[in-house]
Amino acid sequence: MSLGTTYPTHWRRPPRMLRDRRWRLVVQGAALVYLVLAVGSLDIEWSRVVEGLARGQAFVEGFLQPDFTSRWGDIRQGLIESLTMTLTATVVGVLISVPIGIGGARNLVPAPVYAVCRTIIAVSRSLQEIIIAIFLVAMFGFGPLAGFMTLSFASIGFIAKLLAEDIEECDVHQIEAVRATGASWWQVLHYAIQPQVMPRLIGLSMYRLDINFRESAVIGIVGAGGIGATLNTAIDRYEYDSAGAILLIVIVIVMLSEYGSSYLRRFLQ
Amino acid sequence: MKPSLVNTAEPATYAQIWTFRTPRARLALWVGWLALVALFVYCWQVMNAETMWVFVADAPTQAADIGSRMWPPSLSYLPELMKPLWDTLNIATLGTLGGVIMAVPVAFLAARNTTPSVALIRPLALWVIVASRSINSLIWALLLVAIIGPGLLAGVVAIALRSIGFVGKLLYEAIEETDIRQVEAVSATGASAMQRLNYAIVPQILPAFWGITMFRWDINIRESTILGLVGAGGIGLKLQSSINVLAWPQVATILLLILGTVIVSEWISARVRHAIL
Amino acid sequence: MLELQQLSKTYATGDTALQDVSFMVPRGQVAGLIGPSGAGKSTLIRCINRLVDPSAGRILLGETDLAQVGRAELRRQRRRIGMIFQEYALVERLTVMENVLSGRLGYVPFWRSFTRRFPGHDIENAYRLLDRVGLLEKADKRADALSGGQRQRVGIARALAQEPALLLVDEPTASLDPKTSRQIMRLIIEICDERELPAIVNIHDVPLAQQFMHRIIGLREGAVVFDGAPAALDEAVLGDIYGAEDWTAMRREHEEDQAAEADATRRVAEVAR
Ligand SMILES: Nc1ncnc2c1ncn2[C@@H]1O[C@H](COP(=O)(O)OP(=O)(O)O)[C@@H](O)[C@H]1O
Ligand SMILES: [Mg+2]
Repeated sequence: MSLGTTYPTHWRRPPRMLRDRRWRLVVQGAALVYLVLAVGSLDIEWSRVVEGLARGQAFVEGFLQPDFTSRWGDIRQGLIESLTMTLTATVVGVLISVPIGIGGARNLVPAPVYAVCRTIIAVSRSLQEIIIAIFLVAMFGFGPLAGFMTLSFASIGFIAKLLAEDIEECDVHQIEAVRATGASWWQVLHYAIQPQVMPRLIGLSMYRLDINFRESAVIGIVGAGGIGATLNTAIDRYEYDSAGAILLIVIVIVMLSEYGSSYLRRFLQ
Repeated sequence: MKPSLVNTAEPATYAQIWTFRTPRARLALWVGWLALVALFVYCWQVMNAETMWVFVADAPTQAADIGSRMWPPSLSYLPELMKPLWDTLNIATLGTLGGVIMAVPVAFLAARNTTPSVALIRPLALWVIVASRSINSLIWALLLVAIIGPGLLAGVVAIALRSIGFVGKLLYEAIEETDIRQVEAVSATGASAMQRLNYAIVPQILPAFWGITMFRWDINIRESTILGLVGAGGIGLKLQSSINVLAWPQVATILLLILGTVIVSEWISARVRHAIL
Repeated sequence: MLELQQLSKTYATGDTALQDVSFMVPRGQVAGLIGPSGAGKSTLIRCINRLVDPSAGRILLGETDLAQVGRAELRRQRRRIGMIFQEYALVERLTVMENVLSGRLGYVPFWRSFTRRFPGHDIENAYRLLDRVGLLEKADKRADALSGGQRQRVGIARALAQEPALLLVDEPTASLDPKTSRQIMRLIIEICDERELPAIVNIHDVPLAQQFMHRIIGLREGAVVFDGAPAALDEAVLGDIYGAEDWTAMRREHEEDQAAEADATRRVAEVAR
């Protein structure tokens, strides 16, 4: 491309992903068509939306001037249920997750055990909390016990999966060194694995505690108790100032728990 | 946590007991565990103060009953689910799009190295991110259905509002991790603040941006399948109505379809992210 | 022409990096700034284009005191000052051409730079510069696909695209092998001579500085301790700049390196024969 003393006065950046111009046009066209179809399918009822703007304003006002007092009894009850089910579910979830997580680590257990544990993990992860809650409410009746069951079950998939991955990533040399001393399977677990994964397990538990609290605000919608039930009622009655208060409480608790768990993790290290 | 180790066959001049924590640390640890157990028991009792144990005792029979009714799933119901599935896909995609469009400015306002004001605007942007992250999309949907009425729009907006926090947080962290030397080099040429963003920061965060977007899209597919439970459109609407009329084989079909969709979207998202990085 | 008057810098951490530094660099002169690590070489260079704000003193480029200018004026002044960095500081994920054109950012409005539609003469000039540094074929490659020496050449082209009145060069060869280092240094000198550009070049490598610079300024703990011709740089002065012990060690290291290199060259020649 030696050009003597004259150089081009025009330059365009070469395309990064699709080099072929035709393909680019096809992909861009397809994206545009999809966008038009998708937006068209929304089927927006503008009169209803305009009508909603006033209510939206009422909600924003309610959020800015939250009313903690007039429904305080309900809020208090919901909060207590949420917090208790969050804590108990996390504890139970972790207790069950540990053996399942160990069983789901390829480097520690025989294949059949591995398969069973990984199946449990997959089932727990693929079902969403709210769907589990629907079934558990149908089985155990309304109230926080169903919520507790839901959150425990959902915690298992989360913690056990990450724990199993963590164990699989453990330093093999340390495991072999302990094994070479003639240690039993339990001793390998205690001396080689536990020190390596313990800090992470604590971190995961704290993180899950946080998630469980957030979820506890959701599953109440289908009758599993907690602050979600209170919130649902408030929104149904169009009491936006109470709803705003509840949401603010949720946000503050989540912030505090994030702050606290990062502090605790630093403290434990 | 059993740190003590008793050594039996050593010459008498050595200590026979060795522990890997000081007694104080061990005491603190035990007190900590004890406190956790006590807290657990207390919470358990408060939580179950009003539990009807008769229902609980009845749970296994209920479970067996529902289980037997769900099987086999009614496959003839599948065609009817295609339109709601399409709606669900649109809620997730348009919601992700809207969320990302709103999250990008928030992320730049929240990142320490691009915010116009660390004292004033940054905390505000961080607050937006935390608020959006703390509130589940189902709650956003609940609110929006009450405000703008049931339908897909409520779902799209709910997904978008929830995505702001997630995308905003990961994106502002990526912005804060950009290589300062590249930014300095562009500033040194006399570039304006906007040109600095365009030439030094955006190219550095672009891969992270696409990765985060795909990741959130995958999560949004998952979340938009249930928004219908509160009236925000999509396949969740069918789930709700099937549960209401106790049509358990239909419920099973819907759950299987949701499962399949989630697996496919997870696969697509992983493939795209892999291709980007 | 650049003139520094009593330039001082104390960082917020309390480190005093520069103390009353004064000197003048006339048109066409390439001044080498030498000194041990931490002497304040980078700080001095970065004060001039205000990547670091000086604590006191004046920085005169032509008539303007760079230490006093406001934000908008600083942008305009920065266009006249090209900078070349130790670790190239290219935007890795942009193409070579975009990196060179980023030298024009101060001259074009935002929308033009955003759409990458630079004026024709800017693009022509960018091609010319790429040809000058021997990278014409690489214009559409991404910067992270280049070798270290090639990246530094792009860095040089970017600085020159600004059509600068002054070149600031911070350890341009510290990340390169000896042979490439000499090539890059020669290129910088040639370019400065061609355009009669004044330049300040930080170098760690004393022999390299002696070989290429027009003038040497020795910095120690933020103060100028030597200012003169490369030939005047004798053992006593270097001992003064680097501290006697460190200098002896550095020299021995350099001699060993040279011996090893000569040895290697001889062996290669033998094998070839
Ligand atoms: N950003 C900074 N903040 C605080 N101190 C700094 C900073 N940069 C450099 N320094 C200090 O200033 C002194 C000079 O550093 P520098 O200019 O980088 O020296 P050189 O380039 O000659 O190695 C050193 O003592 C260094 O610790
Ligand atoms: Mg330096």
